[in-house]
Amino acid sequence: MSDRLAPAKLFATTFLFWILLNGSLAPDVAVVGLIVAAAITYFLPNGLSFLSGYKAKPLATLGYIAFFFKELIKANLSMAHLVLMPTIAVKPAFVKVRTKLTHPVGRLLLANSITLTPGTLSVEIEGEHIYVHWVVAETTDPEAATRKIVAGFEKYLEVIYG
Amino acid sequence: MAELWLAGLLAALGIALSAARFAIGPRAVDRVVAFDALTIISVAGLVIIALATGRAIYLDVALVYALLSFLGVIVAARYLEGGE
Amino acid sequence: MQSLLGAIVLTAGAVFLALGGLGVWRMPDTWTRIQAGTKATTLGMILSMAGAAILMPGWTIKLVLIALFLMFTNPLSSQVLARAAHRAGVKPDPRTRFDALAADEEAKR
Repeated sequence: MSDRLAPAKLFATTFLFWILLNGSLAPDVAVVGLIVAAAITYFLPNGLSFLSGYKAKPLATLGYIAFFFKELIKANLSMAHLVLMPTIAVKPAFVKVRTKLTHPVGRLLLANSITLTPGTLSVEIEGEHIYVHWVVAETTDPEAATRKIVAGFEKYLEVIYG
Repeated sequence: MAELWLAGLLAALGIALSAARFAIGPRAVDRVVAFDALTIISVAGLVIIALATGRAIYLDVALVYALLSFLGVIVAARYLEGGE
Repeated sequence: MQSLLGAIVLTAGAVFLALGGLGVWRMPDTWTRIQAGTKATTLGMILSMAGAAILMPGWTIKLVLIALFLMFTNPLSSQVLARAAHRAGVKPDPRTRFDALAADEEAKR
């Protein structure tokens, strides 16, 4: 990745984290934060932060967040149903899906999103493939599974981390 | 205050169930999974304690606890990958 | 009004935390346990933080920080555990009808 702003983004993210952690902008807090953030940026020049590769697309970002929460709630209702039934009716499978995302942060967010959405859990990421554990597998075909599991998130992440 | 008791009891139930899974395993990785769930529930539990006592210091405890347990789980998983 | 809303959101979160524990206890194999545990505890934790923030608006920044941190690390540690279990050769539930990961690894050998 040839992002010349990468160190600045890492610095900004770590410094912001520090300020939020302390909940104050007092001079002593800010100075310590500046030193620590600078040290982290110096020692980990290739460190990734959420801003690495992020393209400022507010609409897609909001769309992603809204879609994520909708899926998270759906996931929990179906999981609650599964867990509260007298007998646990699972029909699991490990399926392979494919992603078009190339940026590591985008891929990480995709894998995390898959884990928090209805019935699926990212297990292994290899090249363009993600292996997913599916509690109640509807299909084992990679193409169909990709449409079902990946497409919804990828639509947004492609724009944000394309 | 009643709602804090109710929320605290529900969180304690979640902690007890994951602790039971931690105790029976059967595999080491099942124990780590149980520990992971137990931690997240405990973080929320600490926030409930912070509310009940009105002391914000418990929020810092919760944050540091979340951070350390995440590192612990990652290290444990790395170790388990080699086979049990 | 505000304290009622906060109480409802906090209690809803605690219900999901309990369900997460129940899932970890009841589910038949490692991966289904991870699934039940991670989803329910993540939503339960987010709702608990939201409820606490409604009850104590002054704590919002720190609560949001905890929520964001766990929202990001909880699925990540679940994925790492799921992978570790698979690599360590843990047997999935007998109802598991297909394992693309094991099949691909077999093919590579």
